[in-house]
Amino acid sequence: MKLWIYTTLALGLASAAIAQNDCAAGKTITDGTLTIATGNPAYYPWVMDDAPESKAGFEAAVAYAVAAEMGFADDQVTWVRTSFDQAIQPGAKDFDLNLQQFSITEDREKMVDFSQPYYSSAMAVLTTQKVVDAGATASADSLKSLIWGADASTTAVPMLSELIQPEKAPLLYGDNADVTAALQAGQIDAALFDLPTALYLAGVVVEGGTLLGQFPAARSANPDQFGILMEEGSALKPCVDAALGALKDSGRLAEIEAEWLQQATAVPVIE
Amino acid sequence: MTPQPTRRQQFEARQRRRATLVAAASTGAVVLALVLLIPLAPGWQAVKRSFFNAEVFAKTFPGLLNAFVMDIAIFAWCAPLIAALGLIVALMRDVKSPALYPLRLVAVLYTDIFRGLPVILVIYLIGFGIPGLGLPRPWNSPYLWGSLALILVYAAYVAEVIRSGIESIHASQRNAALSLGLSHSDTMRFVVLPQALRRVVPANMNLFVALQKDVALLSFIGPVEIFRQAGVYKSLLANFTPYVGAALIFLAITIPATRYADYLMNKQARARS
Repeated sequence: MKLWIYTTLALGLASAAIAQNDCAAGKTITDGTLTIATGNPAYYPWVMDDAPESKAGFEAAVAYAVAAEMGFADDQVTWVRTSFDQAIQPGAKDFDLNLQQFSITEDREKMVDFSQPYYSSAMAVLTTQKVVDAGATASADSLKSLIWGADASTTAVPMLSELIQPEKAPLLYGDNADVTAALQAGQIDAALFDLPTALYLAGVVVEGGTLLGQFPAARSANPDQFGILMEEGSALKPCVDAALGALKDSGRLAEIEAEWLQQATAVPVIE
Repeated sequence: MTPQPTRRQQFEARQRRRATLVAAASTGAVVLALVLLIPLAPGWQAVKRSFFNAEVFAKTFPGLLNAFVMDIAIFAWCAPLIAALGLIVALMRDVKSPALYPLRLVAVLYTDIFRGLPVILVIYLIGFGIPGLGLPRPWNSPYLWGSLALILVYAAYVAEVIRSGIESIHASQRNAALSLGLSHSDTMRFVVLPQALRRVVPANMNLFVALQKDVALLSFIGPVEIFRQAGVYKSLLANFTPYVGAALIFLAITIPATRYADYLMNKQARARS
């Protein structure tokens, strides 16, 4: 028994000592391990099959790439699940990094730390064939007259009023599943999502789902940029930023994006 | 000359003063301890920033007040319908004629089902399920079906309360009215129901206070009322202070309402004793 404990300790210390680069050493909640949080459930194409350990999916791949840059081997990455509220609540966090399509905003940055962006998303209009058949087009007037819905905890809400200014007050829901249920029930005509999520919902979840078009990320006043969320004042932030910077410079980040989010480029752009 | 208080009255007055002083002192001590001790907790600064952020409060409070109008509107159109449906169901349960037994059965089943289900579940199932049948606009509105869900659940409670009121009227009154030549329906209308309804006013007041709070559950199927609006602010600002603001607005309405219900209940208790 004792031997076993010593061996584990020794192994743990050894791996801690050799694994991290200088930057991240001693700054993670568990020494020698990088604890990364994702959503529950985590959605395609960000994480495939709700299994981030498989490294499949854009955010899962980015997480492992960032961890590797910071000197953590793949088996030194552990995953936990949090909701948005758990990610921002005060008190001790049970994650070092949190990736679940958190849009970086000035207001949020007052409460938590964000890494530099790892993805800039266009916002896309998800609707159904029925609505398109009834005459909805991607013109400004047609978009205004639709009944809109969105996930209440996303930046889609201010973007709706900023980009579209719908005539009727939009309806807001707790998660993607409820927005799609409302779309299916005809209670809303269209919903605003980040493009990869919209593509997935249109293709797989919503019966007769289709995309009316995308608003290019650059067009809105504050483009939807996803950052890795950390506790306010996290000591890891410079290490994460450095890791992301290196991944951008080496073209690795673009490679990962091309691998998992490639189909996102084929959607018509709304002027 | 006014009569001097007796020694017993003087003693009791002293006792009362002493009790008031002790109560005030102990309350003061508890409040003081809370005010002094809570900020000593290591996480207090973080909690204060996330939940009691003056800047966020000032920024979001007007929007919350605005959204609360939606809560009041939903309450306003649901409450009378709940009262009406509750009364009908209560009367259906009181039907004595064997031929009308199906009515009674329906009423029993109805109250069993809707008192047995969580409100949020009914709102979900009706709010997403019925429009999913392919109803055209405006018949698939979440306001419509969400309100129906609230009405169905609360009418079941109200019906049970009214029924208990009806049963609290002694059988001799019915018999006396029947022997005077009133019909069954007239007996119910002129003798039993007025007394029964008066007796259950406080209990129903409590239900309406609960309804005022549960209106917030409609936000789960789309309407942006105060709870959802607070959630939107929470997400955008990554700060929970808007929820505290929403809580204060609810309390401003529900505390006077519960106090009023208590007052009615006490008044009735005094009248009966």
